[in-house]
Parts: sequence; C-alpha cells; structure tokens
Amino acid sequence: MLIRRAKEIASSEITPKETLRAFQRSRRELLAGLGAVAGAALLPTEAWAFDKLNVTENNKYVVNETVTPQAKAQSYNNFYEFGTSKSDPAANAKKFRTRPWTIRVEGLVKKPQTLDLDAVMKLRPMEQRVYRFRCVEAWSMVIPWDGYSLAELVKTVEPLPSAKYVQFLSLADRQEMQLPGGYDWPYSEGLRMDEAMHPLTLLTFGSYGETLANQQGAPVRVIVPWKYGFKSAKSIVKIRFTDKQPSTTWNDLAPQEYGFYSNVNPYVDHPRWSQAHERRLDSSNSLFPRTIPTQPFNGYGNEVAGLYAGMDLKKYY
Amino acid sequence: MPSKAIPWLKVLVHGLCLLPFMKLVMMYRAGTLVALADPVQFLTHFTGDWALWILLLDLAITPVRRLSPKLAWLIRLRRMVGLYSFFYATLHLLVYVFLFSGYDVPSAMDGLKAGHWGEPFHQLALVWPSMWDDVLKRRFIQVGLLAWVLLLALAVTSPQRVLRWMGGKRWQKLHRMVYVAAFAAVVHFWWLVKAGVREPWKVTAVLAVLLLARLLWWARQRRKKAAPVFRTA
Repeated sequence: MLIRRAKEIASSEITPKETLRAFQRSRRELLAGLGAVAGAALLPTEAWAFDKLNVTENNKYVVNETVTPQAKAQSYNNFYEFGTSKSDPAANAKKFRTRPWTIRVEGLVKKPQTLDLDAVMKLRPMEQRVYRFRCVEAWSMVIPWDGYSLAELVKTVEPLPSAKYVQFLSLADRQEMQLPGGYDWPYSEGLRMDEAMHPLTLLTFGSYGETLANQQGAPVRVIVPWKYGFKSAKSIVKIRFTDKQPSTTWNDLAPQEYGFYSNVNPYVDHPRWSQAHERRLDSSNSLFPRTIPTQPFNGYGNEVAGLYAGMDLKKYY
Repeated sequence: MPSKAIPWLKVLVHGLCLLPFMKLVMMYRAGTLVALADPVQFLTHFTGDWALWILLLDLAITPVRRLSPKLAWLIRLRRMVGLYSFFYATLHLLVYVFLFSGYDVPSAMDGLKAGHWGEPFHQLALVWPSMWDDVLKRRFIQVGLLAWVLLLALAVTSPQRVLRWMGGKRWQKLHRMVYVAAFAAVVHFWWLVKAGVREPWKVTAVLAVLLLARLLWWARQRRKKAAPVFRTA
C-alpha cells in the first residue's frame, strides 16, 4: 500500500497541478453522477480518499524543498490521544468522528460562543501554504497545509484588550480515543496573543488539498511553523483567551524539556539530543537519512524573530 | 534431553534468534523498510528492543533450568543467546553511529568507489563532535553505552579457551556483569522515553521477576548451608 501511494505522489510531481486537479474534479463529478450509492461503493475507504478542499495556493508561503509524500505525513504522527507510537494514530483514529464538530470560544472575549466547524471553514477562503514542519524529536517534513490565518478567526470573535494568551484545548473523548495514562487530558497548548495573530499561524483544516486525515488532528488544528510540532494543537474543541500564560501539556509534564515557547532553535539542545540537525523525511526512499542543519525559527526568522526581540531565547526556550 | 539432540536444538535457536534480523533483510529487499516515513527511527527501536528482549531471554535460562534437574541442558544454549543479544545491541549502536548521527553514508561510499580510502573516516570526523557531545552530556547514552561495553567484554571472553585461560572463578565474576548490563539497558530505555510514556514497564517487570528468582534461590541456598549450624547450636 505504501509503495503504491508513493508512486502516486511521484506522478503528481510530473503532472501539472492544474491538470491533476481538473482530473480529480471531473472524476469526482463522474462519481457523483453515478449516484450516491454506487459512488460510495466505488470510493476507496482509505484516508487519501477524503474530501477535496477548494484551495488556492498562496505563493507567499512556499518552500523550495521536496514536499514529503502524503502517505508518509499521514502514517508517522505524534497524536498521543490515539497512542504513543508513531503508527498508533493512523491505526486507532480510523473511525474517529469529526462531524458534528463545534469549537467553544470563551474566556476574555467580547462574546463567548460555540462555533460550528462548517461555518468556521467558510469564514475565509482557504489557501494552501507549504511549510516546514519540525518535530521536537529532530525529524522534519515539508507539508502543504490548507486553511487560513488564525488571526482571521480571532478578529471575528473579538478578544478583550486584557487577553494576552490563547489556549487551545483538544478533544479528549474516551469513547473515541485511547487517552493513555500518564497524561493530563485534554491536551492543552497555547500561544502568546501576538504569536496567535501572526499571519504565519494557520488555522488548518486540510493538507495536500484534502481534509485533514484523522491522525493529523482532524477536523481542525493550528500550524505554527516556527515552533516545534507539539505546539500545533490538534482536533481543537475549545479556544480560550486568558491574561496569564496557560498551562500546556508538555510544558507541565517536563518543563526542562519542553518550554512554553518552544521555538525551533538549533542552539538550545533538548536534554536528550541535539537540536542542531534534523532528519528530513521526504520522498528519497533511502535507508540513509538526509540529515540537514536546523534553522533558527525553522527558517521563518525573517517573519517572526521580531516577536522575541530582547528576549533571552536560551532562557525562554 | 539426549546430548545428540543438542546440536539440532542449537540450530533451532540460531534460527529463532536470527528471525528479527531476517525480517529486516526481507523488509529491505521488499522496499517496505525504505518506504517507511522514518526508517532510522524504526531500525533504532527494532534493534534496541530485540537486544533487550534476547538479553532477558538469556537471563531467564538459569532460573528456568533450576526448576528441574531435567532442564540442565538449557545451560548449553546460554552463551549463544547472550551472543545474539550482543549482536542486536551492536546493530543498535551501528544504527546510532552511521544512521542516527548524521553520518553521510552515501558520500563515504562514493569516496570509497573513487578510491579515496580516507573518506569514511573523514565523514566520521565530521559527526564525531556531536556524538562525543552526546556521550558527555546525555545520561541515557552513557548508560546505554555502558550496557554495550559490558556485553562486548562478555562476548570477547565467551570462548571456552578464554574461560580456561581466565580460570572459572574470575570468569564467572566477570560474567555476573550481565546483570549490570541488563539493568543498564532497562535504565537506558526509561531515560530515553518521553515523560509519561510507560512502554518500558514490560521489560522492567520481566527483569525484576528474573532478579527476584535469583534472590530467592540464593536465600534458599544460604538457608540450606546455614541449617546444620542452627542444629548444633
């Protein structure tokens, strides 16, 4: 299965995207024309058959590096709610229900409210951005994410001037998730207000032009490309605006290993390994990994370094 | 167990201990190993897991043998199983040195092909500082390396000839280090996993049972020896 998917990626690289998308559209229309039942029977049930999203590529956010094949990005995930090994989420999240889905917005906000996901998805046109994704475990991928800037949503819910931080809470549902012991569920992550409002911070509904696979944090997550991956909360059900730094899962669990900021920083080691290099997981399909130097702020320093002017990044790691 | 059967049994144990390695070879040949998102991570865990489990299997031989005199033949498999643990531990170390560290294997091989014999060493020199840094700074690396060095010492002294040369007492004293190695390996596992991960509890429980079995045996032996003293007193 993996090999077949890898081949599909390779062919998409030589097929112009427009042609491919047009083909996919026509195929979808054909299937729809065959009638709901027949169409459903024809559709494969694997993750890559998920809904296509109507996205426009944002040329401002491209990375001149090989994109990680979708099959790899969706089979190697850290999503501890579904189990602690990399293959657990893909195996255990298959039946995860992502509809109906609401996001509760609360805390220091003008009008606390519960938003329906489908309405949130339509709030702004969806764009595709290719970002580097750097895990704190020293591997990295290059992934096209689909969504719009989190700032757009934040603006519409009107946080109070006293709001200094945004906290994201992920779903913790024992019916649907493993929720292994040793962790204080629900998963919590947080950003400083200016980080949340930065245009790079993406409210993400899809990747590779399709809705997120369950194991990637469907149906909605954030992507904060200049921070280690765990800062990018998955399967978000609650957004809370606070005046104090919110408690966040990994920082609570091992503060010496995972700072609140956790900006990608080659000069600050994780206690158990160096962060100076990363293993780039791409389409090379070789036993020998491509180890590349890690860039400060994951290569987004021009955009975000200013947020931390005057801060000692060795102290606030 | 008739002694004629022992060689066959050894062949069987060789086969069993080589199964994990064969799995790797087959995965590589089928292309499924390199199609994984992160082959290096897979190889690291796979070789580490098997080194540890086979070491525990090795440590289980003595307590099981003591259950019945009929199981005495088991002792003849012990050295072999121990050597297989060392084999997987060495693969584990090689994965770290040549795949995990950032060592540029393709460049080293290209260099060799072009006749530059120094290239592999040159590549090693490039990653050496960060590996040395790991050894100095990271306790899970230190304790893992300790386990491997101990297994190396046991492997080197495993031939009959060395045993005779060393003398039984000294040899046995050295080979008791296998407990230290197993303990170090389990600690290595605990120290490398993320906070909250409880995966190493299985190997820890097995090691604890095996050590407890020895403790009980040792206490019983002592009581046996001490008993006559009590009677005369």
